[in-house]
Amino acid sequence: MRTDHYRVTSVQLLADNIFLLGFVAPFIAENVRPGQFINLRTTYASEPLLRRPFSVCSVHDDTVSIIFNAIGKGTELLCRKKPGDLLDVLGPLGVPFSIDGNQFDTAILVAGGLGIAPLPITQMHLKRMGKSVQCFIGTRTKESLPGLGLENLHVATDNGSEGFHGNVVDLLMHIVPSFSGERVKLFGCGPTPMLKALASFALERNIPCEVSLEGPMACGFGICQGCPVELNGSEKKYALMCKEGPTFDIRRVIF
Amino acid sequence: MIKTSFTLAGITFQNRVFVASGTYGYGDDCIGLADVDALGGIITKSLSMKPRDGNPPTRIVETASGMLNSIGLANIGVHKFVADKLPLLSTLSTKIIANIAASTIEEYCHVLEVLEPEKQVAGFEINVSCPNVKEGGLSFGTNCSLTAEITRRLRKLTKKPLIIKLTPNVTHVSEFARAVEAEGADAVSVMNTLIGMAVDLRTQKPALSTVTGGLSGPAVKPIALAKVYETARAIRIPVFGIGGIVTARDALEFLVVGAAAVQVGTANFVDPSAGMAIAKGIEEYCKEHGVEDVSTLIGSLQVKSDLSVLQSWL
Repeated sequence: MRTDHYRVTSVQLLADNIFLLGFVAPFIAENVRPGQFINLRTTYASEPLLRRPFSVCSVHDDTVSIIFNAIGKGTELLCRKKPGDLLDVLGPLGVPFSIDGNQFDTAILVAGGLGIAPLPITQMHLKRMGKSVQCFIGTRTKESLPGLGLENLHVATDNGSEGFHGNVVDLLMHIVPSFSGERVKLFGCGPTPMLKALASFALERNIPCEVSLEGPMACGFGICQGCPVELNGSEKKYALMCKEGPTFDIRRVIF
Repeated sequence: MIKTSFTLAGITFQNRVFVASGTYGYGDDCIGLADVDALGGIITKSLSMKPRDGNPPTRIVETASGMLNSIGLANIGVHKFVADKLPLLSTLSTKIIANIAASTIEEYCHVLEVLEPEKQVAGFEINVSCPNVKEGGLSFGTNCSLTAEITRRLRKLTKKPLIIKLTPNVTHVSEFARAVEAEGADAVSVMNTLIGMAVDLRTQKPALSTVTGGLSGPAVKPIALAKVYETARAIRIPVFGIGGIVTARDALEFLVVGAAAVQVGTANFVDPSAGMAIAKGIEEYCKEHGVEDVSTLIGSLQVKSDLSVLQSWL
């Protein structure tokens, strides 16, 4: 990880108030792994003060992209960045998803809302390793579904305007039996209630599952101690989301 | 050559810019990310006798030009610090000041006794002012005779620099400063965080798990300047000025109102190199203004009203 200043290349409106921001960052592009994040300053002024953490969404050559919903002081500033603007970025940060090794053949990526963020980079790495990848996305409506080039895509919407009418874990229950006999691993990212449902789904069927958590953090690398995640078991009470996460095996955490 | 160094209780620090306790871990997390050897010193996360888990989430929330925290003194414990962190820190040329927090006077003494023989520990800062723990913390720091008693007991155990970190959550911080000066403290740090609160109107719940927390960042700088000014006028021992310092200009303002050194806190979370940039910025200011020794700036405040203030405001 390091801090550096990178040039914005594009800010694109992808869906209802959802933006994709790209910047040229050779160091991050070369080193980032699926599930890792960056912590960036949205302004050089003192308001808003703290950096904002974002999962790395995709990497193309030297360009790194993040996806965000413009809903707060920081993201409002970010969505107005112009090509050529400088961004102060710290990263890559955190522990990536465990995709190495030979424990599974099919990866099922499950996202709710903006939890879609780490899926493109994760899909890219998995395919490079010869794994089969299935993507399950749940959003509120058809309009809030960003197109990110995901393959084998199964969509659930809360209002039924696209794909399955219902939540993404219910959709998963309908489709997963067709993967029986394959060695499957689940990777989840999204709101806590969705991750909880995914975790019980995985535990009941004894399917390995990792989730990427999100929460407030200041520094992004451990010095502020501001982002505890409660651990299951006696190892210690809390892990830091930024340094020991944001990806965790579901058996290790209470969330 | 501008003189930036100063000496406290026989220990010489290369400059007057430190990183505040709880804002730089134990120093090791920042090696490789920032040139930590360019700091006057690193003040460690508060160390207690046994490891502490800290408070449940949510521990931090951003506020207007600042942040509230309720970490709850999460730390690895003094023995693990000595075994796992000190060997790495001994490779640094910057000075390490160990910050100590405790629930009882005896615990303060025990932690200091564990650290005293370690030559990499240049001195001690005593946290009597954490607003986020039930035992100890503020109950010591808002009681003048207890604060004095802790200082008296610890003074007997060490000849290294002994710095008492005071809370602004009292009527007159200068009373506490006078009390610890009388008990032989070498310096005071002013100030720890201010008690603050944030509410999530959507859920009508407090933003922090502990309801209230400690406010820091640029939002508190004017308060910190006033507390440092009040303290520096009341005592002869040096004051470490803390509170919302982000730039060299901020740090210089603290020196002018009477701080002998400064600690950079919340700014480290945004930029782990903030302290180094501030140390460099102070030197540049001195060059530009023909200042040969940074010490001549300390307490140089000209107390009279001046319309030129308007120019810097506009």
